[in-house]
Amino acid sequence: MVIESAHEFETQDLLLNVGPQHPSTHGVFRMVMQVDGEVVRDIIPYIGYLHRGAEKLCETMDYRQGIGFMDRTEYLAAMNAELSYVMAVEKLAELEVPDRAQWIRMILVELNRLSSHLMFMGAFGIDVGVFGTPFIYAWREREAIIDLFEEISGDRMMYAYLRPGGLAWDVPANFVPRCREVLTAVRQGIADFDGLLTKNEIFIARTQGIGIVSAADAIDFGMSGPSIRASGVPLDVRREEPYLKYDEIKWDVITATEGDVYARYLCRLAEMRESVKIVEQCLDRLQPGPIMPEKMPRMLRTPPGEVYIRTEAPRGEFGIYMVSKGGNRPYRLKVRSACLSNLQALKHMSVGLYVADAIIVLGSIDIVLSEVDR
Amino acid sequence: MPTGLFGLNPWLDGVIRLLIIVGLMTVVAMGLIYIERKVLGRFHARIGPQRTGPFGLLQSVADALKLVGKEDLRPRNADPWTFEFGPYLVFIPIFLGFVVSPFMAGFTVRVLDLGILYFVAVSSVSIVGWVMAGWGSDNRYAMIGGMRAAAQAISYELPFVLSLLSVSMLAGTLNINEIVEAQTSVPNIVWQPLAFIIFFIAALAELNRPPFDIPVGESEVVGGPFVEYSGIRWSMFFLGEYASLFIMSILISALFLGGYEWPFGTQLGIGWQLVLTVIKASMLIFLIIWVRASVPRLRIDQLMGYAWKILLPLSLLQVLVNGFVLVYDLPKLLLTAAGLGGVFLLVWLTEHAITRPRESRATAAATAATLQSEAAS
Repeated sequence: MVIESAHEFETQDLLLNVGPQHPSTHGVFRMVMQVDGEVVRDIIPYIGYLHRGAEKLCETMDYRQGIGFMDRTEYLAAMNAELSYVMAVEKLAELEVPDRAQWIRMILVELNRLSSHLMFMGAFGIDVGVFGTPFIYAWREREAIIDLFEEISGDRMMYAYLRPGGLAWDVPANFVPRCREVLTAVRQGIADFDGLLTKNEIFIARTQGIGIVSAADAIDFGMSGPSIRASGVPLDVRREEPYLKYDEIKWDVITATEGDVYARYLCRLAEMRESVKIVEQCLDRLQPGPIMPEKMPRMLRTPPGEVYIRTEAPRGEFGIYMVSKGGNRPYRLKVRSACLSNLQALKHMSVGLYVADAIIVLGSIDIVLSEVDR
Repeated sequence: MPTGLFGLNPWLDGVIRLLIIVGLMTVVAMGLIYIERKVLGRFHARIGPQRTGPFGLLQSVADALKLVGKEDLRPRNADPWTFEFGPYLVFIPIFLGFVVSPFMAGFTVRVLDLGILYFVAVSSVSIVGWVMAGWGSDNRYAMIGGMRAAAQAISYELPFVLSLLSVSMLAGTLNINEIVEAQTSVPNIVWQPLAFIIFFIAALAELNRPPFDIPVGESEVVGGPFVEYSGIRWSMFFLGEYASLFIMSILISALFLGGYEWPFGTQLGIGWQLVLTVIKASMLIFLIIWVRASVPRLRIDQLMGYAWKILLPLSLLQVLVNGFVLVYDLPKLLLTAAGLGGVFLLVWLTEHAITRPRESRATAAATAATLQSEAAS
């Protein structure tokens, strides 16, 4: 056959649709990859498959009902999301939170950070290709934490335990010994991960040197949390604007310099050790006392005003912008999602890498789609 | 014409033997699926199947029944012929490999003088099935998976064959049974530790087992060529995978661990020989499952680089050393020494290949930046 033109041999990049139903998109994220053989040339992310209008719904609920929506916004770190929300309400309503409630809140958010990072470890292990082992190892310790949360709040996932002003009710009598038990288990779990992944040659070969984002770029993308700290930016809201009692105890901001996938993994692992340290110090200082302010109105009303509260959630800065025009419900609520900002760097990090790398780059920024889409 | 099994017509005899093979292999594959799930469960700090039958023994049977009962779907745009025949081309060559697998002295379906050559030739046919399945499914994941499978098979076939060659050089034959019988006193792994390790690694790649499960990479291409298959056709891939796992372990134990001969194979008779083969094969299968539970998946370029830059030169070196030792009649212990040296070299090279990316992190960043600006313009 005579070839009539060179046109017949023109090659074309393949468009590969990843998600929203794909094992490695951590929910219902979708990205269309333009691949040249195995190399990613372009990524077009699509979000919004899990949009429920949680922010708008909160405007129709009173302040206490909104707590439940925060659980569902960030279901892997529900305590942290609740904390931002109740702190915003407290600031609007000018409520003083008793010491005991603050210490307990701190213990709970740090434990939730542990469970969230464990979830990351497990899911990331699967992204990198270990068949199930890290996932179930992570699940084992996460289960201990969730059991503890169930004993405290009555629910394994949607805790709705924090309240504007304090806590819904006091923790059980055996709270402190149970916490110490859980911490022992988690410490063992972290050691297991060191053995299973951190020193694993193939893991190192797969994760080092890929998905690099420089400090300047990370700041430009508005990244936060472990993802930006791995690039060498010591940004941690707990240190920048200490809330709760973070300025009273000793802990370090974990940073790395490389900014690649391995650095992000190591940052999270080291952060888990810090969290264990924080919880231990909190447990030492926990004193009996009230958990709610003495004068709490039956129906919480706030004076008009606006407030932005940010806290350090496991994935980064989780902020609540709340406007009140008086009354018992927020006039406007906006969630500043850490994952959404971190996700902006995905294309920057994965173009030029292999398909398999793009998957673990996505895994390394640890997104929760319900927080991205809200 | 060989004498028939029951003194029957050779054709009838052949059919009976085939039926035995297919039946046996199916049962073995189902057993292996159960064992893998149970062992993996233990590695995962969980129990594994336990509800179906005593100790979950009937789990594979239940799964098989479910798969047979499922609808055999074919995507509308799939190429009917390649799609439907892909699984057979994966399945049949694996069963053909069974023909030369030695279990006991005198219990091989057919002792072939070119047994190794036959095995290699037959087992590489199954890659055509993978590519057919990948191409015919009209699915981009499947196509990428099929292409990956082809690339991987072509690269790993070479160290695979070369390390087979070094064993057959020692025995001076390509007949698998004769290679086994040459190991009455000392198994080949003592003389050829490097070839054993290379062969084991290449076998993992041939079997598409982790860390070389790139064609089916669950987290990337979602099962690769299997992604559009369902029901009985999908189960054929699955059966094929476990049947080949079994045959490959038998082969490794025959070629390197002395098969049915070492130790005391000839003295203690047929029963002991079968026990030896099964124990050795089970150890290898356990090792392969263990590897699966503990290592991440390699990337496609790392996989290819490893085969071409490390395994292939080393296996060539092994062949060369074997040649020298055999031609000049040097003491055989030299082989062991050279082999152990090769093993250390292999470990060092692997370590080196892995630690190198640490230095090139800056380069990778620069490349990414260039591509980024290209994409932007």
